[in-house]
Amino acid sequence: MNPDASTIAAGAPIEVDISPIAEGQDVKVFWRGKPIYISHRTKKQIDEARAVNVASLPDPESDEARTKPGKEQWLVVIGICTHLGCIPIAHEGNYDGFFCPCHGSQYDSSGRIRQGPAPANLPVPPYQFVSDTKIQIG
Amino acid sequence: MSGPSDYQPSNPALKWIERRLPIFGLMHSSFVAYPTPRNLNYWWTFGAILSFMLAIQIVTGVILAMHYTPYADLAFKSVELIVRDVNYGWLLRNMHAVGASMFFFAVYVHMFRGLYYGSYKEPREVLWILGVIIYLLMMATGFMGYVLPWGQMSFWGATVITNLFSAIPYVGESIVTLLWGGYSVGNPTLNRFFSLHYLLPFLIAGVVVLHVWALHVAGQNNPDGVEPKTEKDMVPFTPHATIKDFFGVSCFLLLCAWFIFYMPNYLGDADNYIPANPGVTPPHIVPEWYYLPFYAILRSIPNKLAGVVAMFGAIIVLVFLPWLDSAKTKSSKYRPLAKQFFWIFVVVCILLGYLGAQPPEGVYVIAARVLTVCYFGYFLIVLPLLARVERPRPVPNSISEAVLARSGKAVASIAVALVAAGALFAGTLQDARASEGSDAPPAQKWSFSGPFGKFDRGALQRGLKVYKEVCSNCHGLSYVAFRNLAEAGGPGYSAAQASAFASEYKIKDGPNDAGDMFERAGRPADYFPSPFPNEQAARAANGGAAPPDLSLITKARSYKRGFPWFVFDVFTQYQEQGPDYVDAVLQGYEDEPPHGVTIPEGSYYNKYFPGHAIKMPKPLSDGQVTYDDGSPATVAQYAKDVTTFLMWAAEPHMEARKQLGFQVFIFLIIFAGMMYFTKKKVWADAH
Repeated sequence: MNPDASTIAAGAPIEVDISPIAEGQDVKVFWRGKPIYISHRTKKQIDEARAVNVASLPDPESDEARTKPGKEQWLVVIGICTHLGCIPIAHEGNYDGFFCPCHGSQYDSSGRIRQGPAPANLPVPPYQFVSDTKIQIG
Repeated sequence: MSGPSDYQPSNPALKWIERRLPIFGLMHSSFVAYPTPRNLNYWWTFGAILSFMLAIQIVTGVILAMHYTPYADLAFKSVELIVRDVNYGWLLRNMHAVGASMFFFAVYVHMFRGLYYGSYKEPREVLWILGVIIYLLMMATGFMGYVLPWGQMSFWGATVITNLFSAIPYVGESIVTLLWGGYSVGNPTLNRFFSLHYLLPFLIAGVVVLHVWALHVAGQNNPDGVEPKTEKDMVPFTPHATIKDFFGVSCFLLLCAWFIFYMPNYLGDADNYIPANPGVTPPHIVPEWYYLPFYAILRSIPNKLAGVVAMFGAIIVLVFLPWLDSAKTKSSKYRPLAKQFFWIFVVVCILLGYLGAQPPEGVYVIAARVLTVCYFGYFLIVLPLLARVERPRPVPNSISEAVLARSGKAVASIAVALVAAGALFAGTLQDARASEGSDAPPAQKWSFSGPFGKFDRGALQRGLKVYKEVCSNCHGLSYVAFRNLAEAGGPGYSAAQASAFASEYKIKDGPNDAGDMFERAGRPADYFPSPFPNEQAARAANGGAAPPDLSLITKARSYKRGFPWFVFDVFTQYQEQGPDYVDAVLQGYEDEPPHGVTIPEGSYYNKYFPGHAIKMPKPLSDGQVTYDDGSPATVAQYAKDVTTFLMWAAEPHMEARKQLGFQVFIFLIIFAGMMYFTKKKVWADAH
């Protein structure tokens, strides 16, 4: 009952052109049926994410570890709440990040859980920069 | 009890079979000669009611499966086509959907009855555990069945529930992938759920056979909880229990018919009339009402794994009930303290159900935590403790002694209690529908409301005109075909008129022999063409918000009724939240938003739209559409007419449903009456 060959093939990596995403904007693309948020973060959002005392977080992880060096304005996360799988809404909540409408989990501008029942941060999917304006997810 | 039968058929053919397979003897000893305690009350008819409901669910389900398409892109539409086009498809679908709720309602009564009268105690432990297994199978079946229509609540319910398994350490994620058959809930998930939803009821039927077998070995418990001693304590199953069960079933069917024919959507969720969309989470994800108490327990615990463990624990604890409650006295009738705690427990369960439908914030979370503690406390602390400290009242020496001592009890009070409890429990779901931040739409008078409601033909025809001239520029009506305009219970056009109406439309067809697509005039069998080729085009042309298809809009929109209105609605048959909302939104535009409210660029202020910022510009203005019949050309009239039309579009067979409902009610009332008097006659010498 595990995924069949066609499902696995359809789950191959995808390339996304990120040049149209303005600062402060984000897009949602689907990969393997999951929504992936690609956020072009503002300076303020980056600073907020980096100013946090990592040890105080429920799921300690630094913003540096969740973004690519030199590309820290880009945040790529799987937009599935780690509580029970709803899709959090971007640019909502108290932490300039994501807010899950189902059970009230709030994530910060690095996609890290800050408040609510979710146990973990929004996962970062495997991705790399193919060029300055293009990323490959998967 | 049911030892070897001495039954001998007189018919030679039956005799021939009986010598080779003693099946008639088995039936005879199990359902005819089988001795049943003579003091059983009506709570004991729920066993028969449940067997009957299982049969109904299997029969309607098998027929529905013949018309259903388990494919993610087609499932939602195929369910709509069942309701619209299959002969009596609307009836089958309502029976199956309402039947599931009624099945759970009956099983809860059955379980509480077992709890109250101590039916799980020695020697009926295995009987009870088999019952818990049936209940677990029912929950799985019900959940997977709810996924099949592939609406928003189906999809997101499936996402939330399958994600519960991801809480299991180490293997959780692999289990979830195995359940999905992919990387998220999708077509493979739908396919396997359909397969399992078809399989599990037959497993349930198998376990029910074991359940009945165990029952017939241990014998039925009874309200006094004393084991039968002599012949005088018993009556034969047929005719006594049979006729009583017939009466019980027919009364229960009256309750079912009330929902099937008059409020089929009351127990469901309006969001499930929106096709599944993996990109949008509904603001409130609520399971079906019968899972709400467990959902409340799940959410009351802040830790994910602990929450899941508590939720499953709440059911598994029932397996250990026979050993947790070691009191010798079975029936709570003779246990003054246990009786009080039982009723407190019932209230705790109902309140948990209510909280399960509320948003998980503030006081609701705290209340749910307190009640979760109470729930487990009842099983793990109260029952074991009571068995040690309670001093039960003396039980009667025998069943016949108990029968003689008993004064008559009213049946009506039971029926009233049933309806009231059902209403209270079921209504919590309606309450969960949210449209926060907007005023409640004013209730309108609709010609189609109430048990004898009919569509106003004039309003339907005018509404069609408004749709065609105004709404259809942006909104599709893709489940309605031109032929429907000439069908009974619709706008009342002739087949020729519908055909002429269709021919005014250009329909894309093809490919032709040259391989090209071409346009031709519409035919009655064609569906209303949508204004945009796909959702993306609709989105791009309308500033990012795709205008929804209007075929189901009056069923897919609702607003919060709140306590206690949802309880009254069961009796008043108020079903018109959707039309009230649509009508209110069409008239709710205000040029200037109230002071302090800012509306984003490209949006408009609407008093009744959730959040107040609607992307649709004010669609209607006075005099915009010319009416031929002299009705006032005002926005209020337009809104009312087009809403009536859209209500018909959402449910073209509504008139047939209400008409048939009335006939069924007359039949059931007469049938139940006949059963009641037959039962009185049969039992005349047994009481």
